[in-house]
Amino acid sequence: MAEPDNHPPVTSRRRFLRGAVAGGIAAGSLGGEARAETGKGADNLPPNVPEWMKTPGDPIGSQLYGMPSEHEKNVVRNIPKNAAQLISAASRSPLQDLDGIITPNGLFYERHHGGIPNIDPAQHRLILHGLVDKPLIFTMEDIRRFPSQSRIHFIECSGNPTYTKPYGKTASDLVGLVSCAEWTGVALKVVLQEAGLKPDAKWVVAEGADAAAMTRSIPIEKCLEDTMLAYSQNGERLRPQQGYPLRLVVPGYEGNMNVKWVRRLKVTAEPVYSREETSKYTDLMADGSAREFTFYMEAKSIITRPSGGQRLSGPGFHEITGIAWSGHGKIKRVDISLDQGKSWQEAQLQEPILTRALTRFRFPWHWDGSPAVIQSRATDESGYVQPTLAELIAVRGENSFYHNNAIWPWRIAGNGEISNAQV
Amino acid sequence: MRRFDRRAASLALVLVGAAWHVSAQERYGIGRAAAPAEIAGWNIDIGGNDGSNLPGGSGTVERGRIVFTEQCASCHGDKGQGGLGDRLVGGEGTLASPKPIKTVGSYWPYAPTLFDYIRRAMPLNAPQSLSDTEVYAVSAYVLHLNGLLPADATLDAKTLSALKMPNRGMFVGDPRPDVKNPACTKDC
Repeated sequence: MAEPDNHPPVTSRRRFLRGAVAGGIAAGSLGGEARAETGKGADNLPPNVPEWMKTPGDPIGSQLYGMPSEHEKNVVRNIPKNAAQLISAASRSPLQDLDGIITPNGLFYERHHGGIPNIDPAQHRLILHGLVDKPLIFTMEDIRRFPSQSRIHFIECSGNPTYTKPYGKTASDLVGLVSCAEWTGVALKVVLQEAGLKPDAKWVVAEGADAAAMTRSIPIEKCLEDTMLAYSQNGERLRPQQGYPLRLVVPGYEGNMNVKWVRRLKVTAEPVYSREETSKYTDLMADGSAREFTFYMEAKSIITRPSGGQRLSGPGFHEITGIAWSGHGKIKRVDISLDQGKSWQEAQLQEPILTRALTRFRFPWHWDGSPAVIQSRATDESGYVQPTLAELIAVRGENSFYHNNAIWPWRIAGNGEISNAQV
Repeated sequence: MRRFDRRAASLALVLVGAAWHVSAQERYGIGRAAAPAEIAGWNIDIGGNDGSNLPGGSGTVERGRIVFTEQCASCHGDKGQGGLGDRLVGGEGTLASPKPIKTVGSYWPYAPTLFDYIRRAMPLNAPQSLSDTEVYAVSAYVLHLNGLLPADATLDAKTLSALKMPNRGMFVGDPRPDVKNPACTKDC
C-alpha cells in the first residue's frame, strides 16, 4: 500500500552516469571527429590499458553468495522516506533500473504487516483442516516431496498507486509495488486433494506465520485453478521477505492474498471476513459504498525508460521500454503515444509473453528535442484496455485507494529532463 | 477420489514390470493426520459475519479502558483518535465525502472481526499476548468509544456476534470491468 508522502531520492544508473560525465569523462561528440577522451578517469580508457587488467582480480570464492557490482549500489529497493514505522509498511522495486521481466530476488517489492519473521524451516508446519476428509499437517520436507511445478508470475500490491496526489516522481514511486519471478512449488490443488475436499468447500482461509498472522479468504475455484504453494523463487529458496519457507502464489490476484510464511489453510463454506478483506483491501466508492473481494489486478503498463527522474542525453535515438501485465491472462498489445495521447502506435512485445506475468515492450523513438509527453497503454487477451486516470476516477471517484491501473504519462522537457506529467 | 492402495500398486508394478506413477486424482500419502490439539492451538480465525469460533469468556468496557490505556493508546491515541496507528473512532457520515475517515465505527462491516484482528495482530509489538478476556474487554472499549456499546456493557461471544455494525449494508461485490477505454489510436 502506498505512503502518500513517499518521495525518496531518485537513485538510478543514469544519475550515476550523469555524475561521471560531470566528473570529467568527456564523451566524444556523437558522430563527430574521432579523438581520444581526456580528463579524470581517462587513464583507463583507450588507448591506455585499464588498471583492472594489470593485476589479477578477486579469487574464486571471495563472495560465496554473489552480490551486484559496487557500481550498482544505488539500485536498491525504495522505502518510504517519512513513514511513521516500518513494521507494517512497503518497499518498492526500482523498476526504472531493471531490464527484462524477472525481478531479482533482492529487489522484489515488499509489503509486510508485522515485520519479516525469521523462521527455521525445520520448525515450520502447514496445517490443512476445516471442510476436508482428513486434516493433515506437513513439514517442509513433506511439501517438497509433492510433484513440483515452476511458473513465472507477477505479484502486485493492490494499492499501486493511490488515486490522489501527490503522485510519485519515478516509476518506482508510482508502481514499484509490482515484481515478477519464477516460482517453484506444488499446485495447491494437489495438496487439497491429499486431504480430500468436502462437497460444501467453497473458500480456503490462508494464514501466515508472521506477527500479523495475516489472513485472507481465497475462492476454492482459484485454489483449484492455478494457486501454488511456493518454496522457491528464481531458482533459490524464497527470501525471508517473500515468505520463507512457504508462501501462496495466487496468480493475478492482489498481492495481499499471496499469503507469505503460510502456516495454515482452513477450508470453509464462507469467507472469514478478516480485517484484511473488510477494513482494508475494500474499495470505497464516491457514494460511500465499498466493493469487497476485488481480487483481480486488471491490465496495466508503465514506461520504465525513459521515465521520471531520468534525463535524455540529447536529441536522437532513444528506445522507449517498459512493462505490461494483466491478472486476466496474457498481454495482447501495448500502444505508445508520443503526443500527449492524441495518437497511438503499437509497440513491439518481447517474447516470452506469459499468462499473468510481466511482459516487456519496446518502441524505437527518435527524439527531436522538443517537449513531449509519452505514455503506454496495455490491452490484454480478454480485450480489456488499460484506462486513463480520468476514466477511472469518473467511475470510481478518488477515494477508492486500491486497484488504480491508470495509464501514466511522462513529460519530457526540452532539456531532456523527465517528470510525472500527471500533476 | 480413490485412496491409494500401496499393496495393489506394488503388485501391479511387479506384474506389469513397467514404470508407474500416481495420477493427479490419487493421493501421495504425504504428511500425517493433524491432531485435534494441534489444530485447536492454531485455529484462531473468527467468522467475521457470524462470530463462529469465538472463545468463551467475556470482558467489560470498564476493564477495556485500562487495557487500552496500557496496550493501545500509545499508537492509537487515548480516545482512539489515531497516531502512529490507525484512527479507530468517529468518521460517521464521511465515507461519501472527499475526505473519508474509515474507522471501526464508520467502516468495519462486522464486529467479530475486531476480536479476531486484535487477538492475532495487536498490539503491534506483542501480538497474541492478550488473554481472551482482555481481547473481549478492549474490543468492548473500542466499540464503546464508537457509541456502539454503553459504558456498563459486557461483551462475550453472543453479544459480539449479535452486534450489527452501522456500515454493514454498504459493501457490494466486484463489478469490474467497470471502466472502458475506447482504445482510440488517431485524433484522440
